[in-house]
Amino acid sequence: MKKGIDWKKYKIDYFYDELISAAGNPRVAGRQLVNHLASLSAEELENRRQTAEATIRQMGISFTVYTEEGNIDRAWPFDIIPRTISATQWQVTADGLKQRLKALNLFINDLYHDQNIIKDGVLPAHILKQSKNFRPECVGVTPPYGVWAHICGTDLVRDEDGKFYVLEDNLRVPSGVSYMLENRAITKRVLPELFEHDYILPVGDYTAQLFATLSSLSPRKIKQPEIVVLTPGIYNSAYFEHAYLAQQMGVELVEGSDLVVAKDDCVYMRTISGLERVDVIYRRIDDLFLDPEVFNKDSVLGVPGLMRAWQKGNVALANAPGAGVADDKVVYAYVPDIIRYYLKQEPIIPNVKTYLCDDPKQREYVLANLDKLVVKPANESGGYGMMVGPHATKTEHAKFARLIKANPRNYIAQPTLKLSTAPTLVGSGSLEPRHLDLRPFILQSRELYVTTGGLTRVAMKKGSLVVNSSQGGGSKDTWIVDR
Amino acid sequence: MTQIMLSRVAERVYWMARYLERAENTARMVGVYANLLLDMPRGIDLSWYSLVDINDTGEAFNERYKNRDERNVVKFMLADDTNGNSMLTSLKMARENARTSRDVVPQDTWEIVNELHLFAAENIQRGINRGQRHHYLYEIVKGCHQISGLFANSMNKDSASEFIRLGRTLERADMATRILDAGAAVILAAEESSTNISQIVWGNVLRSLDAYQPFLRDERGPVTGPAVARFLLANELYPRTVLFSLNRLGKALARLPHSSEPRQIATVIKDRVIAFDGYQDLGTSFRGYMNELQLQLASLHDCFADTWFALERNDD
Repeated sequence: MKKGIDWKKYKIDYFYDELISAAGNPRVAGRQLVNHLASLSAEELENRRQTAEATIRQMGISFTVYTEEGNIDRAWPFDIIPRTISATQWQVTADGLKQRLKALNLFINDLYHDQNIIKDGVLPAHILKQSKNFRPECVGVTPPYGVWAHICGTDLVRDEDGKFYVLEDNLRVPSGVSYMLENRAITKRVLPELFEHDYILPVGDYTAQLFATLSSLSPRKIKQPEIVVLTPGIYNSAYFEHAYLAQQMGVELVEGSDLVVAKDDCVYMRTISGLERVDVIYRRIDDLFLDPEVFNKDSVLGVPGLMRAWQKGNVALANAPGAGVADDKVVYAYVPDIIRYYLKQEPIIPNVKTYLCDDPKQREYVLANLDKLVVKPANESGGYGMMVGPHATKTEHAKFARLIKANPRNYIAQPTLKLSTAPTLVGSGSLEPRHLDLRPFILQSRELYVTTGGLTRVAMKKGSLVVNSSQGGGSKDTWIVDR
Repeated sequence: MTQIMLSRVAERVYWMARYLERAENTARMVGVYANLLLDMPRGIDLSWYSLVDINDTGEAFNERYKNRDERNVVKFMLADDTNGNSMLTSLKMARENARTSRDVVPQDTWEIVNELHLFAAENIQRGINRGQRHHYLYEIVKGCHQISGLFANSMNKDSASEFIRLGRTLERADMATRILDAGAAVILAAEESSTNISQIVWGNVLRSLDAYQPFLRDERGPVTGPAVARFLLANELYPRTVLFSLNRLGKALARLPHSSEPRQIATVIKDRVIAFDGYQDLGTSFRGYMNELQLQLASLHDCFADTWFALERNDD
């Protein structure tokens, strides 16, 4: 019989590796996994990989990439080697994520009411004034429980010290949770043996938790509030996820044209029996497309009058419009202070060191160190419009220097992190370290909930730090292992 | 029982069912036709092109092809994306409709439809070339049966299920009239010939609807034109006949809201089928009758659209 993975040959360089601590030595949470992989021959491993690939194609797990030639539906790139995290470490991280979302929601609610945080001098007034995602239409509105961001996807990275840091908070329409659930479904088919030995915490309760969160927001206190998932349609990159979540929750998946706001300022959907009242909308379209009467006039994705219905409290929107004000990379830099201000607690998970180009001193440092820093626009997501200094050309450095000078408020910079790695299958049957991050999902309404682990995204290219699926990243199942 | 069904979703599951039925019928029809041609005596001018005629797709075919030979016709019927009724187009449309109605159909539907479409597209050459055609088409029909089984056994008998039934039964009724019409056309064209091809043609008409054995068991008589025509139009036991389909369609309508208008139209068509007795002469006037039935079925579809699918309809 041929030998399996030789862990002595797995080179971890100077990064923190999620599975292996030193040549050949597995971390505690990954011990079973490492032994099991060592027992599989290269052919067997390749077979498992092909099973995973076939499963993904059959299940039609796909995402859409926008290109100049049109939209391409790609199969979900998946690496079969799971990423392991110990349950004890995860517990602390989960507490930190809850703490963070709780503070962010207090912050958003404050911004749309008294703005005490500005009056008390914790957040400079000009930062709010120049925020692209502050919506004056939301001022004075109090959504149920004072919560604006009900569903949050927070990106975590591990640096070389092995500690988790928050890279960004996604409070608008974070996506990826369906892939987290599907990754587990695939792994159970591909590596079923491993689930016998270790206790790998299940992830499957997310949709039930999401359903409970959404139900609790209903303006009508009835037994079965009508909940819908609002999608921009089949051409959206996350359409797969929208359909998946609607199906898993047993609620309707609607498009803007299925909904109508009637004279009573309530939202209804068009059904075969006529109009049906809608109580809660899990909307997966951006603020600016929600309501052509208020925002983007040309939007055909939204529903005319939706903002009116929401302002009057006749329908709940999750996430609430305007929640994105806290999902701004400049505001991000203030989150530790925001936690201290509202909760009188020290942040459990630290931020990544962030330079605000808005501040003359910090800008000077950024401009002088463009080759060492990662520069990001304040309001983009999906890895668009950013520059990884050490991997960029001189021309790109010059271009970003111009961009920063022209609009300093719109840029932040962070040191290039030594993102942790995990073994990833490359070629036939051999493993190499690839960089990854982690996106857990946090829910808040009456209560707080954190997914068990989250979506691990991995940069499939050697040395690359970009994990976004739109930019060639893949993903792995994430195991929280309780031993 | 309060049940929510979006108009848009109702339309999509209806079309998904129609397209799946159409894909299955097209696959079966091509298979049966290949078989039929092998049995035709020399001198009978029966061409592959009749298949194009059955589906009223002559215009699209002639725009694309000059030569009306087997390869072109089979390609057109199975693979061509300029033919809105081709098997592959039908599967693709079924897939798109399933993809946008995943939340109301059984979870595995999407997976199986997707897999079937992939299989059909990747192996299309096997359908076009003679050697493996039979097996390929058989696989397609099997896949369609698998999906029907899922609808029958793993789905709430709710509105979505009724719209699937509407789509399937209307498509079946329409297909039965087309295949009967084609049979009549072949017989007419062969009238001058000395050989009696009637048995072969009508036998294959039955097979095109998977109805050969059911016919024999129920009729217990010879395969003649009048008997086959009566069976495929007015038999109440076999699921692919016009009358059976209309009965099922009526049951589905009775369980849907606001259905009085479609029910009226369906009853008119059904009464007409029951009252018809012109089976002895399957000539030109019979073909005219088939054509009228097709038009009536089309108007029934339009009525469905006005009643449930049109998004404008809302303020009641």
